[in-house]
Amino acid sequence: MTRRHLILLTLTLTLIGSIVFLYKALVLNFPLVPEVRSDIWEIEAHLSFVADNKPIKVSMNLPRNSRQFAIVNENFISRGYGVNVVAEDGRRKVHWSIRKARGTQNLYYRASVRRVDRDIPPKIPEGSSPEKPDIKGAYREASEALVSEAREKSADKDGIVIELLHRLNNPRPGDNAALLLGKKTSVQNKVDLSVQLLALAGIHARSVHGIRLEDQKRNSTIIHWLEIYDKKQWVSYDPITGRRGVPEDYLVWWRGMEPLFESQGAKNLAATVSVSRSEESAIQAVLETGEMKKPFLLDFSLFSLPIETQSVYHVILLLPVGVLLLVILRNVIGIRTFGTFMPVLIAMAFRETQLAWGLFLFTTLIALGLGIRLYLAHLKLLVVPRLAAILIIVIFLMAIFSILTHKLGLERGLSVALFPMVILTMTIERMSIVWEELGALDTLQQGAWSLVAALLAYVVMTLSYIEHLVFVFPELLFILLAGMLLLGRYAGIRLLELPRFKSLTKL
Amino acid sequence: MFSLKRQLDEIGVLGINRRNTEYTLKYNSRERYPLVDDKLQTKELAQKAGIAVPELYGVIETEYQVRRFPELIEPHEEFALKPSRGSGGNGILVVAGRSKNMYRKVDGSLLTGEEVGYHLSNIISGMYSLGGQPDKALIEYRVQFDPVFETISYQGVPDIRVIVFLGVPVMSMVRLPTRMSGDKANLHQGAIGAGIDMASGTTLTAVWRNTIISEHPDTGNPVTGVKIPNWQNLLKIASRCNALTGLGYIGVDLVLDKTKGPLILEMNARPGLNIQIANRSGLIPRLKLVEQHHTELANLDDRVDFSKHHFGGKR
Repeated sequence: MTRRHLILLTLTLTLIGSIVFLYKALVLNFPLVPEVRSDIWEIEAHLSFVADNKPIKVSMNLPRNSRQFAIVNENFISRGYGVNVVAEDGRRKVHWSIRKARGTQNLYYRASVRRVDRDIPPKIPEGSSPEKPDIKGAYREASEALVSEAREKSADKDGIVIELLHRLNNPRPGDNAALLLGKKTSVQNKVDLSVQLLALAGIHARSVHGIRLEDQKRNSTIIHWLEIYDKKQWVSYDPITGRRGVPEDYLVWWRGMEPLFESQGAKNLAATVSVSRSEESAIQAVLETGEMKKPFLLDFSLFSLPIETQSVYHVILLLPVGVLLLVILRNVIGIRTFGTFMPVLIAMAFRETQLAWGLFLFTTLIALGLGIRLYLAHLKLLVVPRLAAILIIVIFLMAIFSILTHKLGLERGLSVALFPMVILTMTIERMSIVWEELGALDTLQQGAWSLVAALLAYVVMTLSYIEHLVFVFPELLFILLAGMLLLGRYAGIRLLELPRFKSLTKL
Repeated sequence: MFSLKRQLDEIGVLGINRRNTEYTLKYNSRERYPLVDDKLQTKELAQKAGIAVPELYGVIETEYQVRRFPELIEPHEEFALKPSRGSGGNGILVVAGRSKNMYRKVDGSLLTGEEVGYHLSNIISGMYSLGGQPDKALIEYRVQFDPVFETISYQGVPDIRVIVFLGVPVMSMVRLPTRMSGDKANLHQGAIGAGIDMASGTTLTAVWRNTIISEHPDTGNPVTGVKIPNWQNLLKIASRCNALTGLGYIGVDLVLDKTKGPLILEMNARPGLNIQIANRSGLIPRLKLVEQHHTELANLDDRVDFSKHHFGGKR
């Protein structure tokens, strides 16, 4: 009866676990291995300004989907502001407005950018040649001179662009270039000027502004470059070197002469743009494409939790794996450890302190604590106050350790604070009781086995593959649970019982 | 390694896992455990059923009573202190006499009243109890063991462990204290375990620290072939314990008192497995046989006879 019940239960659990797992792995394409390279970036633009109890309008250019990048998961954080996103003339803009505001205001734009590779036909410019810019007088003369100079020294559009940029970037520019640039020698100005000059030459050109997608960039600078229409496609030019093409990780934010943002009624408006690489990229991708398809399963996944809580579960979900190992060590192998789950909890602490340090700190703490506990035995204290006393001593020892190692410049020693104090206390108490009852040999033996168990648990729990699997596929816990239930009925002889009963075979 | 495992399986050696999954978890219901985990309850239960136990002189439950202990113990020259819910023989203090205000232990060393009081405090604060629960200290009659063991035990009290399954005594051994085991009779602490022939009650091979011996290491007297007096009676008492406690698989610990005969010391709902080493045979075949036939065994005599017939006289 119990046997059939158990088998049925484990089968059901395994089935549920495997079905959900296979569905997520094969249909929803959740990645089975942890990602090494990340293809997702989180970008954020933060506008801050001071409002003066007046109506405020702020508009900002927004990035668009391009051939290399897709913009997903956009959101605008702006309390009390009306938000309006408009796409016009190949540009996207957000308009924030509010009737009345006072004090420092913060507006955020956040989006995830995913690298893609897709075929968007380039926007073909209208007319065979661009509109001639409206330049007058000496500027016109200088511009035309510069353009014809460049044209004479080159064979095609590419050459003209290179020649022009070369002239504008010359540390000692010619009279014409100097006149046109005036005092404004910023990259943005050079790009804007190049666009005008190229228009004079009958070449479609536009200025491009964007950011570089780098790891953890808190304050990204806006980069400007030039694009010209050549042989039926837009080609990028670095405005400083004049080289054709820009790095792949340049994200186009907006194009044209406009600034990033414009405002009415806002004082001291400043913008910062930050970029960070997102960790669970492939999963993010699945979640984003999946949002339309299967809301239910994903709504109730761990990914719906706030990032901080998620990172807690990264660790918590490893616990069952460590515990499974412990069950095997105790019930199949038959080793004895101090405390049922103590080795797993110690292994968790090792994860934070790093192994070598963890081992060193743990054994030292336990040894010192045990020494003091054995001394306390002489005072003949009652059990609960004695435990409390050991707890306080453990805390003292930990603090002393932290201070000493800090003074010695060993920052790792500070991580001693990560050891679970109560677990340490109980371990010391149990060890001392075993010490008194069974002697030092048994204590050291059990202590050594506990450490071995903790070490093994540490090894298993630090495998990034396992961490990834249990976090992305928590349904695997069902299978783990089924295994645990089966182990709960394991009636075989434990491995370490073999030598114990060995004498029975010599009949 | 696998061949060793196969050999052990052939002999039918019971391991911890199988004992737990197929015997204790199956035949011992949890709500009955307190009856055997708490020696005070066991004692009362046995007395009600008319089974002899060491006489109880008193129970100490509070620190106040610890202070009154000297008055309480005044009339008794010798006594034993035990934690009511202790395990593995830990926390037992046997006082074999007095000298002035001091208490004399079995090994002759003296304890002050303060030291005994501290020991009592430790007991009631739960130092020796399972899970550290608050406990009671029992003060009871010090067993005067039967002269048959006189020559083959060192100081402590030799006791007889009988595994009783569904009313049938299946295996038994006598545990003899040695100098190494102190006054305790635990095999893993260095006591001698000698298997007993269920039919005749004579000791078979003896095991000391995983080696087969035939003489007591401290006294040099033979430990095999010792006939335990009152064997039939002893088996009957043990056999009644299943019905008494409602537990199907237990270890019953008895002592043979010089004048009072067999007394029940305590029972264990998770009896140890070393008894197999002392008897040099596995428990599983015997347990299987009892499982098959126990419904046919109507009364006490049937069960004891079944045990003697099937589990005795082979070697």
